Amino acid sequence: MPVSLKDVDHIALLARLGLTEDERASLRDDLESILGYIGKLQALDTTGIEATAHVIDLHTPPRDDVVRNPQDADAMLANAPDRDRSYLRVPKIIE
Amino acid sequence: MNLSDPRSFTIATARSALDRRELSSTELTRAMLDRIACAEPALHALLEVTEARALADAAAADARLGRGETGPLLGIPVVLKDIFATRGIVTTCGSRILEGFRPPYDSDAAERLARAGSVLVGKANLDEFAMGSSNENSAYGSTRNPWDLERVPGGSSGGSAAAVAAGECLASLGTDTGGSIRLPASFCGLVGLKPTYGRVSRYGVIAYASSLDQVGPFAWTVEDIAAVLGVIAGHDPRDSTSVPRGVPDYTAALTGDVRGLRIGIPREYFADGIAPDVEGATRSAIRLLESQGAQLVEIGLPHTEYAIATYYLVATAEASSNLARYDGVRFGLRRASSGDSLIDMYRQTRDAGFGPEVKRRILLGTYALSAGYCDAYYLKALQVRTLIRRDFLQAFEQCDVIAAPTAPTTAFRLGEKVSDPLAMYLSDIFTTSVNLAGLPGLSLPCGADTAGLPIGLQIIAPAFAEEVALRVGDAYQRATEWHLRRPAEITGLVSGKVA
Repeated sequence: MPVSLKDVDHIALLARLGLTEDERASLRDDLESILGYIGKLQALDTTGIEATAHVIDLHTPPRDDVVRNPQDADAMLANAPDRDRSYLRVPKIIE
Repeated sequence: MNLSDPRSFTIATARSALDRRELSSTELTRAMLDRIACAEPALHALLEVTEARALADAAAADARLGRGETGPLLGIPVVLKDIFATRGIVTTCGSRILEGFRPPYDSDAAERLARAGSVLVGKANLDEFAMGSSNENSAYGSTRNPWDLERVPGGSSGGSAAAVAAGECLASLGTDTGGSIRLPASFCGLVGLKPTYGRVSRYGVIAYASSLDQVGPFAWTVEDIAAVLGVIAGHDPRDSTSVPRGVPDYTAALTGDVRGLRIGIPREYFADGIAPDVEGATRSAIRLLESQGAQLVEIGLPHTEYAIATYYLVATAEASSNLARYDGVRFGLRRASSGDSLIDMYRQTRDAGFGPEVKRRILLGTYALSAGYCDAYYLKALQVRTLIRRDFLQAFEQCDVIAAPTAPTTAFRLGEKVSDPLAMYLSDIFTTSVNLAGLPGLSLPCGADTAGLPIGLQIIAPAFAEEVALRVGDAYQRATEWHLRRPAEITGLVSGKVA
């Protein structure tokens, strides 16, 4: 499965990853080699086989409808890299 | 037992000394802290030593012991892999992107260990975000293997394993997504258990691949593992994949009796590529179980050869989604220049914060989920996952447990596989299927290679039958002495230089 630098750039943008020039080239080689190995799955006939995303049959259980406020907002925000009172500051997103 | 060498203790022997008041938790904890001070410069098993917390926990445990209380882990020094959120204690998951991160809450496992009165002595090194098989992917430097400081301890829970093997604690917790408890247990001569998916809560465990991740313990003996599992297992409403199911008395299940138990031997696990020493030791361990009255059955797990490929698609797809949260907004590292857009900020932050293996896996997972490739890669992998799981369900119609090697080789040298990601991935060839099928897997020491490096025997059981795997492992340890071997003392020297 050939992987081009253009493919790497496209995937890196989707993944919101910045890459250096060296990383682009080495990741291209790694992806090509790993996808080559993974290609062995294509040889297996899986027609009609259901997909297993999860091994246990669980539903999302509702919890009791009781008001709880277990976390203190200040403690939750204490790790924010840029904050203004209880707001998180980010680069401008609207022109 | 000798306090100057804490490796001479197990949880069981420390337990009886603590209960008889011949030893205090404070004395035991100080011995472990001394050992940490001595071994860490060469070993680097820990990212954080929680000395003040340890001494406070030990004093609290001594007060409870003084009132005549007891409990499986009361007063026992433990280490947590640095993937478990610990309130107010730096938790980095081995990544620069979480440098200095102090979680505002405790993981369920950390809470349960604290409630049981155990003593937290430190947080263990790991491959960044649990992605790796050698601990060489930690952003804070590699952990060494106590049996040979030039070799890796295995990964990703390598620090947790090395800490026990070097006498820095009596038990530790790790996580296992594709072998990350069993491989380090095998490489470090310990017992390690990956419980059934859903047995132990993942609340507060930093997510890698959520359908595969499971929490489990390391210790010297199966008896000790049963004690820890009894404390950490159980339903937690904060983890929607935690299964509401009673917790058996794992210690009571250790009867030493394996008569009539059917042990399946999968022919695919004894194929090409397995080191002769490993095959020999595993086969002789199986023969010993047979001599104890177990019945051997040859079985097939025909989709074994597809497990690594399936695992690396499922795990990386889930990782690419889970790691999207590291965006430089709410916590962790942020990198941005003035005038940057939000997307520029995300990309710079993630470039600076993630190491090469994490980037590799995020890219692979994003690729597998991207438009045009999702059916060919991700969906295909989920279908093969069904086939792999079916192999086990069919095998368990003929046997009660499966016995196999844990890893194809013993511990490899630092640097040996770092430049070849695929070769590194193949270290997990005997462990990933168990995660894909959601089953419990135990690794215990069953021999040594010609260089004296430990070899691991893996016992795989049906879902929620941990007690059967533990009974087999315990019966083996009652008749053998591999679990009594200890590595040589660590002097603080690596390659002739102080590390």
